[in-house]
Amino acid sequence: MRPASLRSLSPAPGGFDPHALRREFPIFANNPDLVFLDSAASAQKPRAVIDRIADYYRTDYANVHRGVYRLSARSTELFEEAREKVRRFLNAADRSEIIFVRSTTEAINLVAQSWGPAFLKPGDEVLVSVLEHHSNIVPWQLLRDRIGIQLVVAPINTTGGLDVAGFADRLSPRTRLVAITHVANATGAVVPVEAVVQLAHKQGAKVLIDGSQAAPRLPVDVQALGCDFYAMTGHKVYGPTGIGVLYGRSELLSAMPPWQGGGEMILHVAFEKTEYQEPPHRFEAGTPNIAGAIGLGTALDFIEELGRENILEHEEALTGYGVDRLSRIPGLRLLGAGQRRLGILSFDLDGVHPHDLAQVLDQHHVAVRAGHHCAQPLMEWLGLSGTTRASLGVYNDERDIDALAAAITAGREMFAR
Amino acid sequence: MMDLRELYQDIILDHGRHPRNFRTIEHPTHLAQGHNPLCGDRVTVYMSLDGDRIADVAFQGRGCAISTAAASLMTEVLRGKTVAEARALFNQFHARVTGGEGAALPETLEEEMDRLEPLTGVKAFPARVKCATLSWHALEAALKGGSPGTTVKTE
Repeated sequence: MRPASLRSLSPAPGGFDPHALRREFPIFANNPDLVFLDSAASAQKPRAVIDRIADYYRTDYANVHRGVYRLSARSTELFEEAREKVRRFLNAADRSEIIFVRSTTEAINLVAQSWGPAFLKPGDEVLVSVLEHHSNIVPWQLLRDRIGIQLVVAPINTTGGLDVAGFADRLSPRTRLVAITHVANATGAVVPVEAVVQLAHKQGAKVLIDGSQAAPRLPVDVQALGCDFYAMTGHKVYGPTGIGVLYGRSELLSAMPPWQGGGEMILHVAFEKTEYQEPPHRFEAGTPNIAGAIGLGTALDFIEELGRENILEHEEALTGYGVDRLSRIPGLRLLGAGQRRLGILSFDLDGVHPHDLAQVLDQHHVAVRAGHHCAQPLMEWLGLSGTTRASLGVYNDERDIDALAAAITAGREMFAR
Repeated sequence: MMDLRELYQDIILDHGRHPRNFRTIEHPTHLAQGHNPLCGDRVTVYMSLDGDRIADVAFQGRGCAISTAAASLMTEVLRGKTVAEARALFNQFHARVTGGEGAALPETLEEEMDRLEPLTGVKAFPARVKCATLSWHALEAALKGGSPGTTVKTE
């Protein structure tokens, strides 16, 4: 698979050296000054992933689940092997619980559009939180407008974490689904999803977790969590764009009607009646993003080789360093992330608009995100129109945080009143 | 890379920090909101026309240094101008910030255009062009629609 073990780059036993790891990411060789702190938007790609996708097209490419010829069989095998890698990554009980989609957004829309109308009736409630990304709000609003469900919103507490008591208060016998983020994309707040699942299940509600920001940072075990659905995207776990995953418990997926119709998802088609495939193929109409799935599989290999616990340790240590370093900048206010923050530092700099600050940071080759981070309800809740957000990946180290802090200070001087 | 001071000239930093005509107008004859969905910034432009002439123009809102300075400078150059002159200035301004050349302006307006010149630094920063034009788009919407509550998006 990989020519040399990534661990060989590590100075400490078990861990890895993020700076040395940059050699595995060609983007840094091609942009030597780049201080990349926008992995929460999309992570950079390791050479292994880039090469695997190109190699796949060069040596193994054919459509899947179709041809009887050997090349198609090999392609199918690689595609299904990628599914197995995702199963292991999430510790799902069975490979059939892993559906390939385009993105986290598509995964959530699939549940909203297939499970929603089949199992919800007018007056039923879907409970989300203030912390959600638009992709975990709008699909439920569309469903609300279509079938008359209610959208209920759980609050956050003064420190920026989920208000668990407030969440519990909003659960009712009418709550049929809790759709909640694992790690908030705008603030890095880690949601205590174990508690959320327990409380929700006690009320008989199903739970969908948006794992976009958690999957690259935390070990995820869907069986231990006990969640019903888990959504994640490939491009944030160092994989390609255009590929994502919906995990769903077998009994739920088996009972769900097809979402999109087409090839691949059928057993038998006649004009009078069509019989559908079992999951996961029932939900994968049309030729899938085969190369994307295979590239995602390689990205997950990359992560496993670094070690999920090592990555978590790295993210926690660097997040702590970032909090400490940024907090010392006068006029800078970090957005609260409750009791636990991971990989994301979102802040407001007194008197400096996020876009102006991001412009100065860019001049210092520091890439961050400025704006509402697709979480306008949260920004509204906090009374902000936007923030500047720095987010971490496996290739970042203290030097990147130092460069960020220096650039922020330069920006502050430029716009100081 | 272009020097950031080309973008953030002193006049822009000054108007960004201390915007002029940053207020409401009690009974505007024209009003419109501008919204930049990219950053969530919003600006409301108020205008009082006396016949064909802009008797008063003011703005309120929340934005970056560029969009605040652009709105501030806009209100300064537009007061006392006719609607046709305002449109001519916008056409020229829009052309310059997007790196083009607009139709020639009469000499009287050239002076006003010179005052807007510091904003044309945005042409080297494509992501910021919308910041410089947001208030102008709102103004145009106010002139066109006129009915209070019109919202224009910078797209």
